[in-house]
Amino acid sequence: MTAEAAEAIAAQEFARIVESHRPQIFRFLLASTRDIDLAETLTQECFLKAHRNWSHFRGDSSAMTWLMRIAINLQKDHWRNRRLQFWRHTQTNAVDLDEASEWLPSGERSAEQKILAREQVEKVWKAAERLSQRQRTVFLLRYIEDQELSDIAQATGLSEGTVKAHLSRALQKVRAELGGKR
Amino acid sequence: MSLQDGRTEGQMPDLIPDLAPDLVMDPVLKQALGNFRQSVQAWSDAAYSRPRTAAQVVARRSWRLAVGWALGCVLATGSLAGGLYEHHYQQQAMARIKAAQEAKQSQLARQQRAGAADEDLLAAVDSDISRSVPAALEPLAQLMDGDEDQ
Repeated sequence: MTAEAAEAIAAQEFARIVESHRPQIFRFLLASTRDIDLAETLTQECFLKAHRNWSHFRGDSSAMTWLMRIAINLQKDHWRNRRLQFWRHTQTNAVDLDEASEWLPSGERSAEQKILAREQVEKVWKAAERLSQRQRTVFLLRYIEDQELSDIAQATGLSEGTVKAHLSRALQKVRAELGGKR
Repeated sequence: MSLQDGRTEGQMPDLIPDLAPDLVMDPVLKQALGNFRQSVQAWSDAAYSRPRTAAQVVARRSWRLAVGWALGCVLATGSLAGGLYEHHYQQQAMARIKAAQEAKQSQLARQQRAGAADEDLLAAVDSDISRSVPAALEPLAQLMDGDEDQ
C-alpha cells in the first residue's frame, strides 16, 4: 500500500469518527458550559487537536474515550485561562438555569407532568452547578453520556474508585436538591 | 441520539455496579435524572442543528476591532500632540527667561562699565590735584622730582 493510499484511508476513517462522535462531544461540552457558542468552539478545537494527533492514537481506548479526554482537557484549559484573565471583561453566553430547564422532549405528557419534569430538571441543574468541576464532569459523563465507569476513569485520568466516590457525592447532592434522602 | 449500550433515552441504570447502597436509585432520583438527560439531549439536538452565525460574529468582532483601533489612534495622537505642545510651551518659556537674563546681564555690564569710567576719571582728577602745587612752591617740587629720579 502506498503512503498516499494509507493517508487517504486514515482521512476517511477520521472523517467517519468526526461524523459519528461530534454530536456527543458537543452535547457533553454544552452540558458542561451551558454556552452554545463556547461548546461549538471547544468541539471544533477538540476535533482539530484530534486530527493533528490522529497518527498517535494507538487504540488503547475507544476513539470516543480518547476524544472525550481531549474535550475534558480543553474545557479545563478554558476555565483555567479565564481564571487567569480575571481582569478582562469576558462576555459569557452561558444560559441561566431557567432557560436550560426549558428544554424538554416533546412526548405525550400532561401539563402537570411537564411542570414536574421541568422542576426536576431545574433542580438537577442547580445541583450540578454546585458540584466541583471534576464531580460535574464525572456526573455528566455517567448520566448524560451514559458512559461506563471504566471509560469515565480513562477519559478523566482518575481511578475507578475515585470516579465512584465522585459519583456518590454528586448523587447525594442531587438527591438533597430534590428533597429526598440527605 | 442513541446511547452507547443501546438503552433508550430516559432510561437510567438502577445502580452503579459495586457502589455503596446509598447510590441505589430511588424512583424520584431515577425519574429526575432521566428527565435531565432528555432535556440536555433535546437542547443539544436543537443547538447542534441550528443555523450557524459565524459571519455575524466575525463582523461584530471586526467592527469592535476597528473601533478599538480608532480609539487607540485618537489616544496616541492626543498624547503625542499634548507632549509636543508641552515641549513647545516649555521651550518658549525658557527662551523668555534666557532673554530676560541676557538683558539683565547686559544692563549690569553697562552699569559696571559706566562705574569704571567714573572711577578712572575721579582717579585722574585726584592724581592731577595731588600733583598740582602752588606757583611759589614750584622750584621745590622740581627738586623733589629730581630726588625721586635719583
